[in-house]
Amino acid sequence: MIQSDILIIGAGPTGLFTVFEAGLLKLRCHLIDALVQPGGQCAEIYPKKPIYDIPGFPEILAGDLVNNLMEQCKQFEPGFTLGERAETIEKQQDGSFVVTTDKGTKHQAKVVAIAGGLGSFEPRKPLIDNIEFYENKGVAFAIKDPEMYRNKSVVLAGGGDSALDWAVYLSNVASKVTLIHRRNEFRGALDSVEKVQNLKQQGLIDLITPAEVTGLEGSSHLEAITIQKEDETPIRLQTDALIPLFGLTPKLGPIANWGLDIEKNAIKVDNTLDYQTNIPGVFAIGDVNTYPGKLKLILCGFHEATLMCQSAYKIIHPNRKSIFKYTTVSGVDGFDGTRKEAPKSIIKSID
Amino acid sequence: MLDITLHITDRDGMTHEVQAPTDMVMNVMEVVKGFELAPEGTIGICGGMAMCASCQCYIESDHILPQQSDDELAMLSEAFFVKSNSRLGCQIQITEELDGLRLTLAPEE
Ligand SMILES: Cc1cc2nc3c(=O)[nH]c(=O)nc-3n(C[C@H](O)[C@H](O)[C@H](O)COP(=O)(O)OP(=O)(O)OC[C@H]3O[C@@H](n4cnc5c(N)ncnc54)[C@H](O)[C@@H]3O)c2cc1C
Ligand code: FES
Repeated sequence: MIQSDILIIGAGPTGLFTVFEAGLLKLRCHLIDALVQPGGQCAEIYPKKPIYDIPGFPEILAGDLVNNLMEQCKQFEPGFTLGERAETIEKQQDGSFVVTTDKGTKHQAKVVAIAGGLGSFEPRKPLIDNIEFYENKGVAFAIKDPEMYRNKSVVLAGGGDSALDWAVYLSNVASKVTLIHRRNEFRGALDSVEKVQNLKQQGLIDLITPAEVTGLEGSSHLEAITIQKEDETPIRLQTDALIPLFGLTPKLGPIANWGLDIEKNAIKVDNTLDYQTNIPGVFAIGDVNTYPGKLKLILCGFHEATLMCQSAYKIIHPNRKSIFKYTTVSGVDGFDGTRKEAPKSIIKSID
Repeated sequence: MLDITLHITDRDGMTHEVQAPTDMVMNVMEVVKGFELAPEGTIGICGGMAMCASCQCYIESDHILPQQSDDELAMLSEAFFVKSNSRLGCQIQITEELDGLRLTLAPEE
C-alpha cells in the first residue's frame, strides 16, 4: 500500500503544481497517471508548441512548462505511479480512501485530489471486427516490452511518430516488420521517415500503403490479418502480432462511476471555497472540474490547486492551524533536506 | 457584422439551424461547441490543431470549402468512420461563402 497525505489522480500541470503547494504546508503527495510520462495534455498533445498565457512567461513551450513544474516540486519528493489508471475508490473506516489502479496497485490517503483533465489518456482503437477478442492475444495498442516481439513477425499500423519509431526499433528485434498506413505520406519527424525509407530499401521493413487492416483471424490467438489496398483484392498476411498505433485520446473512464456529481463530462465542485466534490475529502481541480464560469486554463488549475491544499491541510490536521506565509519571506524547505531562501541583505557600514 | 446559417445534424440525428458570426475568427468545431451540439469533452479535444479528429463531420451541401491542409489529410487518414465527404470542422473557418452549409457530425470514436 502506497501511503501519502494527498493522493493526486493525474500528473498534468494541475497535479504537479499541487505537489508544490502541498509541500509548502508539509503535506506529502503521490501521483497516479495513465500516461508513462508526467505533464498531461501538455506532454501528450502539444509538448513542442508555445503557450502565451502563463502569468510571467510571455512564451513557453508546453514541454518546458512541464519540466519547470517537475523541477519546482522536486524537493517535495512526489511519488509516481505511471502507466496505470485509477479504477476504484473505497472509503475506509478511519475516513481515508484507498484508490486501486487497473494493475492492482493500492494507494491510501486522507485526501484525494482528482486532477484528471479531460480524462485518462487511452489508446485509440481502430474499428476492426473482433479486435477486443484478440487484445493481448496478438493485438496490442502500446508496446510495453519490445522483447516480447523477438523473432516474431509483427505488423504495425499507423502513420505518426510512434508507428515510425517502433518500426525502426523492431526491425532489429522481430523476424519481420510490416508497416501499414492509409496514405503514402507519414506525419513524423523527418529523421524517422528517412530511417524507415532506408530500412524499406534494405528489405528490413515491408511497407504497405495506402492500405488498411480490415480483418483478423486465428482460433485462440492472432494468426493472420486481412489487408485492403484501395481498389485491389484484399491480401491475407500471416503474423504473430498486430500493433495499431493511432495515438491516445482522453476518456473520463472509471471516475465517472465513483458517485461524484458529473455534469458535461466534468466533476461539479464547490467553487465558493475549495473545489471539494460532493464526497467530502475528494477534490477535483483543473480541467476535470466544472462550476459556473469555469475556464479550462492552466492558470485556473494552479489557483484551484492552491486553495484546495488549504482545505486538505484542515482535513489531515484537524487540530492544527496552517499559517499562511510568503515563499520569499519564509523560504522553501524541501523534504529532501534542501532549503531555498532569499539571500540576506548585507548590512555594513561605510567608513 | 454578418451571421450565416448552418444546418448541423448532431450525433443523435437531430438537425439544428444555427447562426454563426463571420467576424469572430470561428471555425465549425467552435460553432458546434458554442451551441453545445456535442457534449463537452467529445469535440475539440486538441483545441483545433487537426490532431484528434473529434471534430470530424460529413459535408452534405456543395459549398466550395477551403482546401485541406497536409495536417488535415494526415489526421483524417488515421481517423475512424471516414467517408469521402469527411472534413475536420476545426479546419473550416466561418466565412460568408459558407452560408447555408449542411453537415453531420461523425460519430464519437
Ligand atoms: C492544443 C492545446 C493547446 C492548449 N493551449 C493552452 C494555452 O495556451 N493556455 C492554457 O492555459 N491552456 C491551454 N490548453 C489547455 C491546458 O493544456 C489544460 O488546461 C491543462 O493541461 C489542464 O491540466 P490538468 O492537469 O488539469 O489536466 P491534464 O493536462 O489533462 O492532465 C490530466 C492527467 O490525468 C490523467 N488521468 C485522468 N484520469 C485518470 C485516471 N483515472 N487514472 C490515471 N490517470 C488519469 C490523464 O492521463 C492526464 O495525464 C491547451 C490544450 C490543448 C490540447
Ligand atoms: S479539434 Fe482536434 S482535429 Fe479538430
